[in-house]
This record gives sequence, C-alpha cells and structure tokens, in this order.
Amino acid sequence: MKKVIMGNHALSYGAMLSRAQVIAAYPITPQTQVVELLSEMCADGTLNAKFIKVESEHSAMAACLGASLAGARTFTATSAQGLALMHEMLHWASGGRMPVVMGNINRAMAPGWSIWTDQNDSLSERDTGWIQFYCSSNQEVLDTVIQAFKVSEKLMIPSMVILDAFSLSHTYEVVEIPEQEKVDAFLPPFQPPYRLTPEDPHAFGGLTSPDHYMEFRYKLQKDIEKVPALVEETGREYEKMFGRYLGQVDDYLCEDAELVFVTSGTAGSTARVVVDELRNKGIKAGNLRIRLFRPFPFEKVRSILSRIPKVAVLDRNVSYGHHGIFYQEVKSAMYGQPSPAAIFGFIAGLGGRDITKDDYKEIANYALKKDKPEEEIVWIGVKK
Amino acid sequence: MNKKKEAKRIIFNSEKEMPLVAMSLGSMLYNKTGAWRNIKPVIDLSQCIKCGICWKFCPDVAIDIVDEWPQINYDYCKGCGICAEECPQKCITMVEEEK
Ligand code: SF4
Ligand code: SF4
Repeated sequence: MKKVIMGNHALSYGAMLSRAQVIAAYPITPQTQVVELLSEMCADGTLNAKFIKVESEHSAMAACLGASLAGARTFTATSAQGLALMHEMLHWASGGRMPVVMGNINRAMAPGWSIWTDQNDSLSERDTGWIQFYCSSNQEVLDTVIQAFKVSEKLMIPSMVILDAFSLSHTYEVVEIPEQEKVDAFLPPFQPPYRLTPEDPHAFGGLTSPDHYMEFRYKLQKDIEKVPALVEETGREYEKMFGRYLGQVDDYLCEDAELVFVTSGTAGSTARVVVDELRNKGIKAGNLRIRLFRPFPFEKVRSILSRIPKVAVLDRNVSYGHHGIFYQEVKSAMYGQPSPAAIFGFIAGLGGRDITKDDYKEIANYALKKDKPEEEIVWIGVKK
Repeated sequence: MNKKKEAKRIIFNSEKEMPLVAMSLGSMLYNKTGAWRNIKPVIDLSQCIKCGICWKFCPDVAIDIVDEWPQINYDYCKGCGICAEECPQKCITMVEEEK
C-alpha cells in the first residue's frame, strides 16, 4: 500500500510494522509526531504495545532499557536537547547490550534555541557505542527502522535512525508501506540470549572490576565491527522481499568521477541533482552519501574513494576546535591509502540554513580549482 | 518469599567465556561497601513493632528480615540514615563509627 506521509510518521510506521512492544518517550519538537502517532496506535489497538509516558528523555531511555532487558522489542524517538539528556543512558544501552531502536530527528543544539536541522546532536553521541544510520527519504526511514531492529537484535547493540528536522521530518513523500505479514517473515520476534526474569534472577551491569571491564568493551567493539557486513546482508535480504536495497552507503556515479561529494542526510539528495547538472556541463562528478556512520564503513568508503582524484566532504556539523566530523572520519579512513590526491572539508547549513545547489557549485569550483585545501575548513555561506 | 539465589564470585580467564554484559559477577561479595560508613544505625529491638518500613526504604538492601525482626547487614550498610528517619517508632539511632 502506498501512503503520502511525513518523515516522522515513516518512523512510526517502521516501529509499528516491526511490532515494537514497548515505547517510552518524552515529546520534543520536531520529533513529537513520531510518538504521538504511536500512542494513538497503542490506544486504538493497531499496535499491541505498552506506551510508557515519562517525565524526561533520561527516564524515557531508562524505561526502554528495562523493557529491552526484560525481552521486549523497544522503540523511542527524540531530538537535540532530549538526546543530550539521554546521554548517560545511551552508554547503558550499548554497554548493557540492549538492542533498542531510536529515531533521532537532527535538530541544532541550543543556545540560541533552534528547532531546525543540523547534525551536532547525534554526532555528539558518536562514541556511545550506538549504530547510527542517516537517512535521506521517508521510504528510507521506514525501511531502515525495520532493518535496524534486525541488525541490532542480532548483535545486541542499539541503533539510531536519524533524519533531518523539517526537510525530512515534516516533509510529505510517497512511501510504500510493506505488508505486515512480509515484515513478520523478515523480522521474527525478539529472542534475547538472556533476560531479566524472576525465574532466573540476575544482577545486570553491576560492579565490574578491572578484571573484566576491558573484556566487555573489547567484545562490544568486536561485535560492532560486524555491523557493516551485516547491514549489507540484511539489506540484500530486504531487497529480495521488498525490492528496495539500502546498504552502508549510497554511491551515485562515483566510478569515473574526478570529483566526489561526500554527503549525508537530505543534503545528500541535493548533491545527486547537482551531480547530474555538473555532468551535463561535462564535469565528472559523483556523490557518496554515507548512510551508516557508526560503525564507520571503512572498507566501503576506501573502495570507492581510493580511485577518486578529488573528494569534497560536506558537513552540517562542526567539532569545535577540529573540523567537520564527516571530514575527520573520511580523512582517518583514507589515511595511508595511496589516493585520493586531495580531500576538502566544507561546512554548510548549520542551524537549518538551506544547503542549495549553488552551495554545491561553489564547493565544486573550489575543489576543482585547487590542488589541495587552502583552509582547514571552508565555510559555505557565512556572512563575512 | 523465594529462596535466595547463591551468589558466587566469578572470574573469567578469557573474553570468549564471558557473557555480552556484566551479569551476576558476584562482585558485591568482595566489594564490602560498609567500610564507607561514618555513622551506623543501631536498632533498639525492644521498641520495634516489626513493621518492615526500614527494610523497604533501605536503598542499599542492607536490612534483612530474620524471623520477622529487622537485622542490619553492616558489610553493606553505608550509614545514610534513611532507616532511622523513616522508622515510625524512632527506635533506630545513628551512632558514630569507632575504628
Ligand atoms: S543507614 Fe542507610 S544503608 Fe544503612 S541500613 Fe539504614 S537505610 Fe540502609
Ligand atoms: S522501621 Fe523501626 S519499627 Fe519498623 S521494623 Fe524497622 S526498626 Fe522496627
């Protein structure tokens, strides 16, 4: 069935079709509609789940963790300051190996108060041990939620499904809603290897001396390293059943490109249009949109970028005192590789400022004209 | 009430034998947090009405009920004073630790 729905509701439908059993959430713009629709589904019986109202995002995640540990498939959603308030609990989720799936709507961090998109909220949680997917269409959001549950539950690592405020969260698109029966066949009920139950009581996450702490963290790292291959495998399985493929990255015309944009989120869709326009003018451009950001898809990114003379990384975020975060990551992935010759870092669109086709053209001009970047960060659109 | 599960201190020699998450490692058998205490609760059982409020309120689960009477486990009691505050009989007194 096809429906015209907003990005937020694509998250809700994804959670519904995945048969989430517990949803605990606290409202925050621009996320609220995600859980609003889910609460209606719980109330009218469309979704057989327990909806837990809480007094903060910290409690929302805490409630999700208890439910997950008890063996329930668990979903929540948040944004910006709400995600920041969850920070401590995010470590509990990954360290406690609880495969919660959470929608995060990228919203710029205050101050000054902003409700518009940028990525500093989710990227501030980069090192919490969560899997992170960045989406660029409503269909991708829905499909990613279902696949994220599968990947997370297999490895017992939580996932964040991330979309831009307004340019996706409140934008209506046609979305194919898969049949429940087919989703059930793809995603069987959650069967955790252990759970919190009175029949076999255990203390979880208790005091862990230096005898063991490091080994638990080693195991988390080893397991999260399995994600890229599992995302590919899960994506192929999903494609067989539903006809749509999503992998670690979405690469567009990179094969013979002289310049490749590295992008993420909705800014990655604009880049595609620009690639077509540049190619019409005889400039061989390509677009590598990164979907899976944590764990970082090293092999995939290397295999695509190592043939490319010029790479322009676009960041809608900044690591203050360093560079744009995708720029750091791409440089670190390409360290020691024979090419590309030059990697350029651009920052644009903070706090929801539009990233336009003209911005990409400015980026392309800069990268094509210069042999190497002349500035640590090239800022696009700052009123100087 | 269910019989208490026996706790054991577990030491693993390889990460391969370990569960994914720290579960029931028995670490509280040797991590005796009672040593952190400066003042300790003492119950005057002659005034106690066996209401169990102290047992319920102790945040460290350091009060047991033995044959209906409250008994403080000084290996784990941190001396927070909550039991003394909540006791309706006011028969728990906090006294200086002497070491
Ligand atoms: S002082 Fe605090 S920790 Fe000790 S028994 Fe009373 S309530 Fe428990
Ligand atoms: S709260 Fe006071 S009266 Fe009640 S059981 Fe404990 S010591 Fe006794």
